[in-house]
Amino acid sequence: MRTFPIGGIHPHDNKEWSKDKAIEILELPDEAKIPMIQHIGAPSNPVVKKGDKVLTGQLIGQSTGYVSANIHATISGTVTAVDAYPNGQGQRRLMVVIKREGDEWMPEIDRTPDHKRECTLAPNEIIDKIREAGIVGLGGAQFPTHVKLSVPNDQKAELVIINGVECEPYLTSDYRNMVERAEMILTGTEIVMRAVGVSRAVIGVENNKPDAIAHLREVIARDNYKGIEVMPLKMRYPQGGEKQLIAAVTGRQVPPPPALPISVGAVVCNVSTAIAIYEAVQKNKPLIERVVSVTGKHLKSTHNYLARFGTSASRFFELSGLPEGDVKLLNGGPMMGRSVVDTTAPLIKGCSGLTVLSGEEAARGKELSCIKCAKCVSACPMGLEPYLLSKLAKMQKWDMAEEHNVVECIECGCCSYTCPSYLPLLDYIRIGKQTVMTNIRARAAANKK
Amino acid sequence: MNELLLTVLTLSLLGAVLAVVLYFVAQKFKVYEDPRIDDVEKMLPGANCGGCGFAGCRAMSEALVSRDNIASLYCPVAGGEVMTSIANFLGKTAPEKTPQVATMRCGGTCQKRPKVNHYDGALSCAVVNTFYVGESGCAFGCIGYGDCVAACQFGALTLNEETGLVEVDADKCTACGACVKACPKGLFELRKKWPKNRAIYVACRSKNKGAVVSKVCKAGCIGCGKCAKVCPFGAITVDNFLAYIDPEKCKLCRKCVNECPTGAIHIENMERLPKEPKPAPTVESKVETAKNE
Repeated sequence: MRTFPIGGIHPHDNKEWSKDKAIEILELPDEAKIPMIQHIGAPSNPVVKKGDKVLTGQLIGQSTGYVSANIHATISGTVTAVDAYPNGQGQRRLMVVIKREGDEWMPEIDRTPDHKRECTLAPNEIIDKIREAGIVGLGGAQFPTHVKLSVPNDQKAELVIINGVECEPYLTSDYRNMVERAEMILTGTEIVMRAVGVSRAVIGVENNKPDAIAHLREVIARDNYKGIEVMPLKMRYPQGGEKQLIAAVTGRQVPPPPALPISVGAVVCNVSTAIAIYEAVQKNKPLIERVVSVTGKHLKSTHNYLARFGTSASRFFELSGLPEGDVKLLNGGPMMGRSVVDTTAPLIKGCSGLTVLSGEEAARGKELSCIKCAKCVSACPMGLEPYLLSKLAKMQKWDMAEEHNVVECIECGCCSYTCPSYLPLLDYIRIGKQTVMTNIRARAAANKK
Repeated sequence: MNELLLTVLTLSLLGAVLAVVLYFVAQKFKVYEDPRIDDVEKMLPGANCGGCGFAGCRAMSEALVSRDNIASLYCPVAGGEVMTSIANFLGKTAPEKTPQVATMRCGGTCQKRPKVNHYDGALSCAVVNTFYVGESGCAFGCIGYGDCVAACQFGALTLNEETGLVEVDADKCTACGACVKACPKGLFELRKKWPKNRAIYVACRSKNKGAVVSKVCKAGCIGCGKCAKVCPFGAITVDNFLAYIDPEKCKLCRKCVNECPTGAIHIENMERLPKEPKPAPTVESKVETAKNE
């Protein structure tokens, strides 16, 4: 069974808490706060103002540039404010607040439940529709999908890889999608294949999800999806990283930045993104909702919700029943998730789950000295030297950190996880990466002048 | 005996020949360096802090010697007197600069700005700043993990455990500006240094609206603008719901301090102005209030 060649760790997957909970449709929130930045790139520009009536699926944030994404109203009602509100990290961002009145949709959206498989659109029409719908990578990176699918002229796509790995512990939203909405994923995959002009697609799924693998294979055989195969992968974190998945599936290594996955002929898309693509292209439905797992050992109940963006995080925690005492609330899973310090923050496109850990589970060990055991070096899936990068960032040796390729770090957290001295390696590497990226951009801007 | 003599002679001869060679080589590749550079470097404090903008004291003294106009070069650590003596030594005009002191502009103590979450990552303000707004929920306030304390080479900054804030020792501060660069929230400002270390400044950087500020901190500037109205010198401006006292225009009259409803305007080494007693109620005003009620 295949997997990626270097590094990686084996955390307990903890999927048992929510993997058997079927997708529930969350009742519509009375108020939705929709941030104008839910993607990598330039923030969108609000095109509605206070007092405007909006319908579900109506454009409220216009993308500003190529690497940017449209934002749509997720409920119908009146805009009550366009102002800065705190996001999960407490940072204030521009959001459009909609007070719900009924549930009226934009007329062009096809809300019938029947599955529509035929797609006769040309590749550029498909990409246009995806851009209009404001689709971004739903695996967590939130990179605008239309940019990803626009293959540069000098390069050629050979293979579409659909990311059903979900290597992050606890989260089960992609798993539930694969088990319950396989037809949508497969049609979405066909559309992506059509858009980038390839005849072969691989859905990579880790072998801790045998029923998802079996179900996808069954639907492929039953409905005769040509050129799509399901590839079971040996469980290992962070297999869901784009470069790791490409290495696992094709055996090819993506060269260091600025090279993109397309340079080895691969286009990677998450399973949830494939569903969003299907809905946008076949049903004219913009990206307004997603499946979110609410999970954790100590929650009173765990769920997989199909929820509208803009729903307040506190709503999910109320419904699941937070445990007593100190808790750590995470947007995402325990490896890559970010702490939620403000529960009034809304659900955004990149949030695949909310994980709740008790204070005890979340506690970090006492920081000791580095014993130069090089466990972090063996664990790093990018072949970097985390102990060194961390030290360089701590000492603010940005030039040296750049020489040692700090920008290649994917922030998976394997180094911090594996460190026997409990050093917060990634915390410092992240500053190093941010500073070096800023320096590189400043240099590029200076060279342009 | 003969061997000993021969060895000594050979070595002496070799030494003499090499000395001659070295002399000529040294003459050939001689690099002229102004001897004054060494002298100036000795006059500088030798802290190598980078406060002047150069890599160290050597680079600064090279610049002082080589440039004709040294008005823009200033060593904040040495101060005006040393700069004047250096200028006299070099026969140039000394840069004129009023002495400055670093000021930490956050008044959100643990009591006024309670912690709403617990952080357990790497203990560094820069790291906290990459994650989120900080433990208090104020996106502009002091994080309190002491990046500035570590950056200060002169021991002028201390972290007060009780208030959770960093304090500046104005006597030790040389205004090198290391803390200004180290603070991820940009809380430090080099302000004019008054005699007896007197100071007056707005201890808040929050650009949020008043309602948002008062939710997280009882000592923050709510941008009410009362201070700007009362200032007789026009030194106070309110921009983005945040008051700022221009150190060049301020005359330390302290009228603003009593006006501030949250106590965001701090004074140091000065007494507050006595509060003006309210005018005794006259008969007319009593009738007015009775009518209004």
